[in-house]
Amino acid sequence: MSTPGFNQRHLLGIEHLSAGDIDTILDTADSFVEVSTRNIKKVPALKGRTVVNLFFENSTRTRSSFEIAAKRLSADLINFNSSVSSLKKGESLKDTVLTLEAMNPHIIVIRHRAAGAPKYLTTFARSSIINAGDGFHEHPTQALLDAQTMRQRFGKLRGLKIAIVGDILHSRVARSNLILHHKMGNTVHLVGPPSLVPKEFESMGAKVYHDLKAGVEGTDVVMMLRVQEERGAGNYFPSIREYRRLFEINAAVFATAAPDAIVMHPGPLNRDVEIETSLADSERSVILQQVNNGIAVRMAVLYLLKGEPNEVLN
Amino acid sequence: MKFLIKNGRLVDPSSGIDNTVDIMVADGRIEDIHPRLEPGNAERVIDAAGLVVCPGFIDMHVHLREPGDENKETIRSGVEAAVHGGFTSVACMPNTNPVNDNRSVTEYIIARAKKCRLAHVFPVAAISRGLQGENITEMADLAAGGAVGFSDDGRCVMSADLIRKALEYCRMLDLPIIEHPEDHSISGEGLVNEGLISYKYGMRGILNAAEEVIVARDIILQDRIRSRLHLTHLSTARSVANIKDAKARGIPVTADATPHHLLLNEEKITTYNTVFKVKPPLRTESDRQALVEGLADGTIDCIASDHAPHTRDEKDKEFEYAPFGVIGLESTVSVVYDRLVRTKMISLMRMVELLSTNPAVILNLKDRGKVKKGLPADLTILDLNQRFTIDTGKFRSKANNCPFRNWEGMGRVAFTIVDGRVVYESGA
Repeated sequence: MSTPGFNQRHLLGIEHLSAGDIDTILDTADSFVEVSTRNIKKVPALKGRTVVNLFFENSTRTRSSFEIAAKRLSADLINFNSSVSSLKKGESLKDTVLTLEAMNPHIIVIRHRAAGAPKYLTTFARSSIINAGDGFHEHPTQALLDAQTMRQRFGKLRGLKIAIVGDILHSRVARSNLILHHKMGNTVHLVGPPSLVPKEFESMGAKVYHDLKAGVEGTDVVMMLRVQEERGAGNYFPSIREYRRLFEINAAVFATAAPDAIVMHPGPLNRDVEIETSLADSERSVILQQVNNGIAVRMAVLYLLKGEPNEVLN
Repeated sequence: MKFLIKNGRLVDPSSGIDNTVDIMVADGRIEDIHPRLEPGNAERVIDAAGLVVCPGFIDMHVHLREPGDENKETIRSGVEAAVHGGFTSVACMPNTNPVNDNRSVTEYIIARAKKCRLAHVFPVAAISRGLQGENITEMADLAAGGAVGFSDDGRCVMSADLIRKALEYCRMLDLPIIEHPEDHSISGEGLVNEGLISYKYGMRGILNAAEEVIVARDIILQDRIRSRLHLTHLSTARSVANIKDAKARGIPVTADATPHHLLLNEEKITTYNTVFKVKPPLRTESDRQALVEGLADGTIDCIASDHAPHTRDEKDKEFEYAPFGVIGLESTVSVVYDRLVRTKMISLMRMVELLSTNPAVILNLKDRGKVKKGLPADLTILDLNQRFTIDTGKFRSKANNCPFRNWEGMGRVAFTIVDGRVVYESGA
């Protein structure tokens, strides 16, 4: 059942994938899109496999997306809810994971507020590890589902111009997207105030803009990031009011993008803060398509990793 | 106990000597130094042919964790580690529990250390009570109890007024204020050097400016006060430039750098290995090179390890949740010799100056840091032709958070002698 050429044991970040790996994941995802349109939305690909959703941060969409993806592949899935777990009793991450591993899961999907936590798991865990978001570091399945959405729309994932707007400094979505599109040969504009978009990102292959219009002009994709109110408290910007005036995407600014441009958002949305509500609901918005693609992409990732290392150990 | 160290190459920067001599040690002191001495009634002759005899090394920045955090290190395990690593003296920082901000804690530490009869322990007391940064400690009383300097170490004094008063007050004691330069309002919750790597790996950064603004502030104050100011564990190129400039203008300021900041850079943290999580953070390669230059040109006066033991469990965590700090007592001498002297970045004479002569002067330890007839016999004897492997499994420290683990090279400690007693002997 192995896919030739795909040799990743874990999915820790886009950083560790080649352009070929990314194509393989998206091609595999394409083949799973159809499954979700069936009456009986289930294939037996991962029957007998166990997937653990280990979420240490609140998340509804990503956790549910992985859960549905695993179930449509016939895997057994358990959700480990940190708020009612032994973590409240001060158990370390290592002990938590070793305890779960004593029950022989194949794949652990982890979301954690500390950057590098998934990588840390690989230093002692036997399961395949999937990073579902680690601090400000990476959120690889989000970047992959974004890429699949773009590929569906434009028929290709090369030579695109993509603007990512907002709190780049604290965004794992921005990092994973930047790394992915740099690998695929797309141009990435990072847009936001200097306090949230350090110029050092240019050495990761991006162009940095502090003016929304200049950054969005002529782009194929405008990806808006959720702005967090607490960043204002950290003096990254003075107020939501001023932020909206400078960096909210509305129909007028969006009109300067390429004629067939799309607007994206990883959610959850702050309507009329970073994105004008009518634009979010317009035909140019692919926000719900992103959510939909999340299932197929996560099915592809679960399928391609399959938790092979455990099988080798058995 | 009387013994003769025969045919050793004595390297002592205090007198500029680099010669093969015999040294007779009796009753804890150096009885004689001469090109040729007969054993006479000596109980032992140490054949030091091919070995280098140095004034005992002094690590002026360590954390012994006692009282309070004995699970990390104790005074006993700390001084065992010290002599195992070639250090005859250490100066320990006051961030214990209770804090060393009163004479009874200072005296407790000294008494505990004396019982061990290994390395000398010189306590550095707090600048402010409880390390709160609000009221200065009873510095004269602490000095009378044996404190050799004052520092709030990891909790840098944020009030410029307080550091001004501390510098002024302790001028009459002729003891140094040892500043850990970090503007906490800039470093905040930062974990690693701020720059491309912190941005790429998604970790909160600590700007180099967090250090540099305090270095600049303290130099400006010191220009007027002319007390004794020592800036510890420098990490940035601009800090080095600032101190070089201050020294050129005759402002009394001294500084040290750690082996990890001299030999490692920020790229180490890209695997989220917590053994490289340290404050100040490992900086860029150009910062590292500036530190080595500062070491060679005299801007930086000594090497100190900032030996900061933590338990294995404390470091075996998510990067964000692990404590800052690395240990260095048992790796410093070998890695500094192999990576800085053998590579000709500094001379052997300069290395001894950085590890012994200068820390003794900075801490005002008048009998230490030199090899002279009549002085206490604190000696570190090196075998530069022996290979080493940094094996944390063999450390005497309770901790193993050493960033040089598994490093290999040339140059080991052969003997450590404290007050005329052989307290460590390789292979013994």
